[in-house]
Amino acid sequence: MNAVFYILAALTLAGGLATVLLKHLVHCALAVTVAFAGLALLFLQLDAQFAGFAQILVYIGAVAILIVFAILLTRGSELPKGGVFSSTWLVGLAIAAGVFAVLGWAVLQSVRAVPQQNAVPVVTVHDIGNALMGRYVLPLEIVALLLTAATIGAVIVAMHEKERQP
Amino acid sequence: MAVSLDQIFILLRDWFVGFLPAALRPAAGVLLGVIAIVCVFPGLFALTTVFERKGLGRIQNRIGPNRVGPFGLFQPIADGIKSLTKEDVVPLSANAAVHFLAPLVLVVAVFMGFAVLPMGRNMVLVDMDAGLLFFFAMGAATELSVFMAGWSSRNKYSLLGAMRAVAQMISYEIVLLLSAVSVVMISGSLSLPKIVDAQNQYSHGLPHWYIFTPWGLAGFLMYAIAATAETNRSPFDLPEGESELVAGYHTEYSGFKFALFFLGEYLAMFSISGLGTTLFLGGWSAPFSFLTWVPSWIWFFGKMMLSIFVFIWMRGTLPRLRQDQLMNFAWKFVLPFTLLNLVVTALWRFMGEGWARWVVCTVILAAAYILTGWLEMRRKHIGPRSYRYAE
Repeated sequence: MNAVFYILAALTLAGGLATVLLKHLVHCALAVTVAFAGLALLFLQLDAQFAGFAQILVYIGAVAILIVFAILLTRGSELPKGGVFSSTWLVGLAIAAGVFAVLGWAVLQSVRAVPQQNAVPVVTVHDIGNALMGRYVLPLEIVALLLTAATIGAVIVAMHEKERQP
Repeated sequence: MAVSLDQIFILLRDWFVGFLPAALRPAAGVLLGVIAIVCVFPGLFALTTVFERKGLGRIQNRIGPNRVGPFGLFQPIADGIKSLTKEDVVPLSANAAVHFLAPLVLVVAVFMGFAVLPMGRNMVLVDMDAGLLFFFAMGAATELSVFMAGWSSRNKYSLLGAMRAVAQMISYEIVLLLSAVSVVMISGSLSLPKIVDAQNQYSHGLPHWYIFTPWGLAGFLMYAIAATAETNRSPFDLPEGESELVAGYHTEYSGFKFALFFLGEYLAMFSISGLGTTLFLGGWSAPFSFLTWVPSWIWFFGKMMLSIFVFIWMRGTLPRLRQDQLMNFAWKFVLPFTLLNLVVTALWRFMGEGWARWVVCTVILAAAYILTGWLEMRRKHIGPRSYRYAE
């Protein structure tokens, strides 16, 4: 819990708050990119190099671009007439508080379950590769199958639109 | 003597840093490295602009700039003064904050990429365990700045150019990563200094650079194609096509912000060529074992400038690819070939030493290349050339 952590946490929270509070949708998308960057820096602060760089590569390099493309290619960038804040915000707040309580309880339970370790385990990319190919090869293959299905689905959706034109 | 010339920058840094108390030394050393990078690469950028304009001029049978200094060498100074003193025009309906941030994000992301390149023996700024992944992560961040620039200008042409540029960059990013993965497979590490160390061996005086292997040659060619597309250089420069889209995503930028985009593009070229030399051309290692007395950083920068020269040569020679031709090329030819290259690399690794693996790998790659070319060209009926003249 040092100064760097507080700065990064403030950055991530600021990005997250800006995402839900800003009016223009593309500004929100860029703010969520800042939140992703904050998360990546938090991973790096915990010495998880692979997770941090993969976060930048995948989230900022692909997911954020996907979000902005989706905003641009639909009519999402126009400001809605009724304002950007929902009228049922109290219910939303209650649900968010409930989810936060469950997640917080789960994290604190896990901290109590694992004995206090003073030394930070050093996880190299080599270890991650071994784990992915050894113990976790089944989830890896299932995720690959999922990605293949998504790719084929995207191609089919795109192809179908071309066939409709006479 | 040769050793100290090779390590001269390290010795200089250690001498400077020795004046400070021991607690500050690592930070000061890194700071000096950062200052060196920030000074050297923009200086090389200035040199490259003259190089490019003169080179393109000679290819196009004209002299390049020759007014400002001997052989036009002080042209970048004139360009710099011009871009500093030009009025910074921001469109009224443009999104001012994003418009301002886009060139900054580009330049910052590109400079970060230089931190992991090993520019000489022991001369890497940060020796990260996952250095290659860091480099590609920074490359991914540049795509976002291209989009920010195009969208914030509130200009149809900028937006169109930005969308095309991002689509092109995403497609070729996959090719870039996959062609680098085959290097990682053989050298067994994501850390760039270790990849260079794996290539820094000589047998019969010839080096073990990866480009001299079948999979390395194929990988290097695909990496070069992807690098040209990633930095939006000709023949892949439709996003900034001067005759089609005015200037693409940096249409609405003038003065110093345009100079920052220009700087960012050229620095991206440098860093991607630097990575290409590290992965395939052996980084800072000398071509022959009797040339190892030449300092290592001279080899690195020489190879990098050779790649830049090839970029300039391609720009002057090849016509521009259309957007759909470019995307077709990426997804239908280069990407399957890259996947095949991964399989061939694995075959190379597991077949063991000897001449058999050379023959098998070369035959597989050449057969795939010829077969794919024959299959794609079968559909296009290209007859003998016919000329039509105006009456």
